Amino acid sequence: MNNLVILPIIIPVVIGMIMVIMRKQIKIQRFLSLFSMLAVGSVTLYLIFQIKSEGIQTLQLGGWEAPYGVSMVIDLFAALLIMVTSIVAFCCLLYAFHTIGEEREKFYFYPLFLFLIAGVNGSFITGDIFNLFVCFEVMLVASYVLISLGGTKIQLRESIKYILINILSSFLFLVAIAFLYAMTGTLNFAHLSLRVAEVGQGGLMTTVAILFLIVFSLKAGLFLFFWLPGAYSAPPTAISAIFAALLTKVGIYAIIRVFTLVFYHEPEVTHWFIGLLAAITMGLGAIGAVAYWDIKRILTYNVIVGVGFILAGVASFTTVGMTGALYYLIHDMIVKALIFLLGGTIIYLTGTSNLKDLSGLIRLHPQLGWMFFVAALSLSGIPPLSGFLGKIFITEGTFESGYFWLGAIGLITSLLVLYSIMKVFMNAFWGYTVIREEDEYGTTKGLLLPIGLLTTLTIALGLGAEAIHDYVDLAVEVLMNPNLYIEAVLGVNPKP
Amino acid sequence: MCIVVGLLFMIGTYLILTKTLLRIILGTSIIGHGVNLLIITMGGLKKGGPPLLGIENVTYADSLPQALLLTAIVINFATTALFLVLSYRAYTVLGTDDTEQLRGKEDE
Repeated sequence: MNNLVILPIIIPVVIGMIMVIMRKQIKIQRFLSLFSMLAVGSVTLYLIFQIKSEGIQTLQLGGWEAPYGVSMVIDLFAALLIMVTSIVAFCCLLYAFHTIGEEREKFYFYPLFLFLIAGVNGSFITGDIFNLFVCFEVMLVASYVLISLGGTKIQLRESIKYILINILSSFLFLVAIAFLYAMTGTLNFAHLSLRVAEVGQGGLMTTVAILFLIVFSLKAGLFLFFWLPGAYSAPPTAISAIFAALLTKVGIYAIIRVFTLVFYHEPEVTHWFIGLLAAITMGLGAIGAVAYWDIKRILTYNVIVGVGFILAGVASFTTVGMTGALYYLIHDMIVKALIFLLGGTIIYLTGTSNLKDLSGLIRLHPQLGWMFFVAALSLSGIPPLSGFLGKIFITEGTFESGYFWLGAIGLITSLLVLYSIMKVFMNAFWGYTVIREEDEYGTTKGLLLPIGLLTTLTIALGLGAEAIHDYVDLAVEVLMNPNLYIEAVLGVNPKP
Repeated sequence: MCIVVGLLFMIGTYLILTKTLLRIILGTSIIGHGVNLLIITMGGLKKGGPPLLGIENVTYADSLPQALLLTAIVINFATTALFLVLSYRAYTVLGTDDTEQLRGKEDE
């Protein structure tokens, strides 16, 4: 029992609710939102050290022991993701201060942002599959409002599709939960794992597993990503950056959690299927990224490639592959936020997102250009930046488990990603300078700080990967040995 | 019971595949009811008495699906309300509720 476990949910929710009543005091709202991200970050940092020394931390709400009560469980996997979430959210908030505009700020941008973070953190922490659904909904309802906030034509159009897709996938999620409950009689992850292991993962259970996979794929953008490019390019930069960094990752987290803890008995069926979907996702995403000449489109298709790549590591279901998936997941959250902020800054400065109208920005904005270069290299996994390690481990994992085609597709798509992002770099920053400084729509004043922070972070994660290595290893150990998780939640020798 | 669930899903799917926004929202609402019915069916309907302390010698109905159902209804209600408001706003701004015309042009 550890009451700190629930703080990453409580802090943003409570501060968000306080902020709702002071709608006009934007300064206070800004300060409070930054403060709550810092608070969540420091609590999580403390938790990470605690988990490392004492093992997985749990909280049984109201003192009702698992599996009867609602449990909150935080292992290193979840803790690391929450840590990165708060860092990325902090940077996106800093960026939003200068770009989001007073209108949106007055219409509850900051409270909604915090509710979104609360939903994301809740999804990471919860130890109960129905609670996962509830946290998903908290996150999604906040994202519905954020995506349509401002009410421009394109936002309204895209948000309708986005909401419809997500409502339907939520219903499918409920259907899957209902079937699972009918078969196992429990909802607690640890207890589910025990029960599924006991009755065996037969044909019906595997079907339910695939149903869960479909639900999470819709949220993560794994193969069923047709809604993603439109939805992520509609809202303002700060919002689409946080969406790209966090929302798909929550779906990936759910896939990893469910398919390492509960449905891990038939990897030939389920994990092979994940691998197949990952390969198709990477292929289609890379084609999309190469095909378009619009910055926003290229970046959103890069999100899709990233999702495919992480799940290739999950599909391999080896320790190395999982380590790679975790490294790459952390890297992807940071670098996707970074590249979206950079792309958004280019659009903000020049007023166009069409690459053919852009040229020679490096003369006016050298820092921006160099940071874009670093981000582009990191995105495609060039050493010594943070994408490299994850890429190596994932490829090694797929080879180790015999999915050579999966590893090969991963490497080929990396090249296409490099091409697509270099296309943006060369077209936007090289060549004649066609725009004069006084013609620009805005300045980079204040925008370089969050971008610089994230750039430093991706370099530091690449050079100092050794420092987080112990933590990643411990996190993967729990993922590969479900018993550790079960013992932490239900105690030693639990009854099935 | 299962047949009713299937029927609700069928009607909902049909409505979602139509062109008018309002029908799509009604479709999601109807599928939502189908899901709720499914959850409560999965808990086992005909098993026994109310799950209250003090009633003796009866087999109790499983109360957990009912609790889940309550949560699901509330969430469903909230999202439907939000979706309705948003579609009305989209109708006033875009001037159409036909999904064919909501597709948009490339150069916006």
